[in-house]
Amino acid sequence: MMSNLEKLAYMADQIARNFATLGEAAGAKATADHIAKYWDPRMKQQGLAMLDGEGPPLTPAAAAALRQLRDAKAA
Amino acid sequence: MAFDRELDLGTKPTLAATMVSLTIDGEAVEVPAGTSLMRAAALLGTSVPKLCATDSLDAFGSCRLCLVEIEGRGGYPASCTTPVAAGMVVRTQTEKLKSLRRGVMELYISDHPLDCLTCPANGDCELQDMAGAVGLREVRYGYEGANHLVAQKDVSNPYFDFDPTKCIVCSRCVRACDETQGTLALTVDGRGFASRIAASQDEGFFNSECVSCGACVQACPTSALQEKKVVEIGTPERAIVTTCAYCGVGCTFRAELRGEELVRMVPWKEGKANRGHSCVKGRFAWGYAQHQERVVEPMLRASVDEPWRVVSWDEAISHTAAEFRRIQGKYGVRSVGGITSSRCTNEETFLVQKLVRQGFGNNNVDTCARVCHSPTGYGLKTTFGTSAGTQDFDSVEAADVMVVIGANPTDGHPVFASRMKRRLRAGARLIVIDPRRIDLVRTPHIQAEHHLALRPGTNVAVLTAMAHVIVTEGLVDHAFVRERCEADTFEDWARFVAEPARSPEATEPLTQVPAETVRAAARLYATGGNAAFYYGLGVTEHSQGSSTVMAIANLAMATGNIGREGVGVNPLRGQNNVQGSCDMGSFPHELSGYRHISETATRELFEAAWGVTLDPEPGLRIPNMLDAATDGVFKALFIQGEDILQSDPNTHHVAAGLAAMECVVVQDLFLNETANYAHVFLPGSTFLEKDGTFTNAERRIQRVRKVMEPKNGYGDWEIVQLVANALGLGWSYHHPSEIMDEIARLTPTFAKVSFEALDRLGSMQWPATDKAPEGTPVMHIDGFVRGKGHFVVTDYVPTDEKTGPRYPLLLTTGRILSQYNVGAQTRRTANEIWHEEDRLEIHPQDAEDRGVADGDWVSLRSRAGETTLRALVTDRVAPGVVYTTFHHPDTQANVITTDYSDWATNCPEYKVTAVQVAPSNGPSDWQKRYAEQARRSRRIAAAAE
Repeated sequence: MMSNLEKLAYMADQIARNFATLGEAAGAKATADHIAKYWDPRMKQQGLAMLDGEGPPLTPAAAAALRQLRDAKAA
Repeated sequence: MAFDRELDLGTKPTLAATMVSLTIDGEAVEVPAGTSLMRAAALLGTSVPKLCATDSLDAFGSCRLCLVEIEGRGGYPASCTTPVAAGMVVRTQTEKLKSLRRGVMELYISDHPLDCLTCPANGDCELQDMAGAVGLREVRYGYEGANHLVAQKDVSNPYFDFDPTKCIVCSRCVRACDETQGTLALTVDGRGFASRIAASQDEGFFNSECVSCGACVQACPTSALQEKKVVEIGTPERAIVTTCAYCGVGCTFRAELRGEELVRMVPWKEGKANRGHSCVKGRFAWGYAQHQERVVEPMLRASVDEPWRVVSWDEAISHTAAEFRRIQGKYGVRSVGGITSSRCTNEETFLVQKLVRQGFGNNNVDTCARVCHSPTGYGLKTTFGTSAGTQDFDSVEAADVMVVIGANPTDGHPVFASRMKRRLRAGARLIVIDPRRIDLVRTPHIQAEHHLALRPGTNVAVLTAMAHVIVTEGLVDHAFVRERCEADTFEDWARFVAEPARSPEATEPLTQVPAETVRAAARLYATGGNAAFYYGLGVTEHSQGSSTVMAIANLAMATGNIGREGVGVNPLRGQNNVQGSCDMGSFPHELSGYRHISETATRELFEAAWGVTLDPEPGLRIPNMLDAATDGVFKALFIQGEDILQSDPNTHHVAAGLAAMECVVVQDLFLNETANYAHVFLPGSTFLEKDGTFTNAERRIQRVRKVMEPKNGYGDWEIVQLVANALGLGWSYHHPSEIMDEIARLTPTFAKVSFEALDRLGSMQWPATDKAPEGTPVMHIDGFVRGKGHFVVTDYVPTDEKTGPRYPLLLTTGRILSQYNVGAQTRRTANEIWHEEDRLEIHPQDAEDRGVADGDWVSLRSRAGETTLRALVTDRVAPGVVYTTFHHPDTQANVITTDYSDWATNCPEYKVTAVQVAPSNGPSDWQKRYAEQARRSRRIAAAAE
């Protein structure tokens, strides 16, 4: 079974896969919006930390979405 | 409400618009064309004597008691089968009629035991009433001739007896089973004097096909079919109308009592959800309220290894508040949360989420809908703009085609299933999409035109293949799409589904549904007239649950099957108040009325009312709470009326999460499985013991009325208020109606809802607004709530739960008619005799491959865990698929299910688990250990001297 962090990385990727038909850019945005809308602050924080190598590796689609989320937060 | 029998007008109403005038006993009356003379007379206040007629059944004309005279016509026609005609002059009481009726009654009574004083139906017997009404004073035939007075009573059913000596063979029971329930389990066996009622092939009620819905008992005019409770207690003397606390159909019942003792629950004829019908659970399985295992005093313990200690309410409440404050002080504001219950009222649910948001200061609130219909909320909000089904139940009467997908209505929603069956018998056509051959696929006088027995987990592929057929064969309702839907999203969707990769032929290897069957089903759905989707958890409890809901919505929009009677998207909700608990802001990302917590204006509305600042960030969902608990950052949980240890997936993980918390509060009727990990037990009240409202699957808000005092001392809303006030929130609700008033003030879709309005109207379907002050039966008539309908491309993304050499079979789970959810209620009733244990359905081929025979113990193993149960070998499931229920904690089917969940909502993927099945010698070591742990955990310390 997956660890909690692996589960979170998996969830991000699973969301991204379901938005994949939108194309790369729009898919990443939709995934980031979804995470913003439904994940609690700690989960978001953990997701963003994975971008910095804390935790399991992210799939490219999940990483792209989390980068969008990080950029949106920074804006 | 004082006791009075419900008015029986003898025959059903007609829907004709044309009115007909006639004269009955010298009085003029105007009624719709097609009305029977009996009903017309009853509307004037004249009760024509009758025995075989009742207004819930088609007229039959067999008892010959309701004869009347009509000027200008010969003979004495039966008033129940004779329709009114313009200018007709009718007499219901003449010397000749009196003589004829007495003669008929004499014949009936000559073969009837004269034991009225000791008969359970004494005072509540239509035969007795009719003897009085016709002035029966003698029976010229005597009582010595051939009779049925020595016939044996059938007491095999746990809830009612059949006493053939009291049967007058009026056929009301047979017709109720046929017309109302649709099971056709009863018949009149034999002819003439030998005629008698038989269940199935004269097998006795228990062994027959009877489903114990109670329709026959309700229809019986004598004591031939009688509730055992009436036999035991006597006839009721008062009645209160309330709403059932089982499934999402939301049947209303008359709770009939003698003093404070509940004698029986009788379906209320005026109930708009059930229209006077019931099932075995609502009608009979309410005894759990008085069950000996019910806990009625609060209890505490410092550790789950200790026995419980009974304490005062004051101590329990102040301890709870102190613990939550201590934990938040130590671990942070977001370290605690709450779970609202779909079994509790709207008012109670609203208070629990308010307790979390106002009192705990975070949004860590979730509800049981997380594990059932959360994808419905997401999917329908995205496509239509609101998180609810589109129709009322009456809409089924206008359906020409029904698509039942991932639902088993005859078991899960039996009263609505009876209405579906009635419509299907009348000619509507049926498509079933389900891996199992559910009963609706083939049942008396009903056969699904297409059964798409798909491989579990491929709903999206099948529905998209249907969309492919509709788009590529030119079956789209372009006028509807042009007028009502977004052009760009439609174009994107149509282009996507039209690709060859989405065709039934291309997807057949994945779905295992023959392409031609998919094509035929799609054509029927698109061209068969009014077509309606009905779906259940077989849609939502998948890794693509939300996508499946949206795929259904896409099909409804593309074919114009939305926004009028007979069509729509109809989620069949599992629990009594799943809809309501979602409406009330139980999800961690939204406030009541499905408004996201990040919306500043909405937050400000609540902040002004509650005097706090609300957290604009979403909180934790149930599975996220458990993950956070095992991470050591989530430390306390207030759980009202939900047993997450038994109902939620991956039991080992749930247990680990609960065990990691410092304070688990369980508010429930019984020491459920979750309470094994609890530190505080707050005894809950049953639906019979409090006021409030439930909202059913058709958005119908109905009153729950208190029929007896709560055995635990408080309604659940009062307990939450005690906790809130111990946290210093200063709540002062005196009655649940005041909570509903607050809900209405804060929730636009509930603006016109109040207890006064509900009492006046009987029920209301939200939205109830200035535009529709009495509610909205059918939604999206002139436009979607979101404006234009939004198509969503639903690509099939296969689940990551894969079969392979170690786990070659797919497990799917569900429920059975006699049990309900985790069984906490139904296992504590006589319903247990129909389903004493969860069994594993396995196809004969798979069973043979493993050397498993019917009834053998088998181990069921997945990547998450292992349990054992007994096998039921049946071809109801396809090869490669196994199925079980989750009603019994001894089995703990959720030990097997995994952490995989819906991508959008985290609704668990209960319906797809890769498993292996092997012969076993009996319960696993884990089951034995768990049974011992549960036994130890339920110890209650003896009271101090």
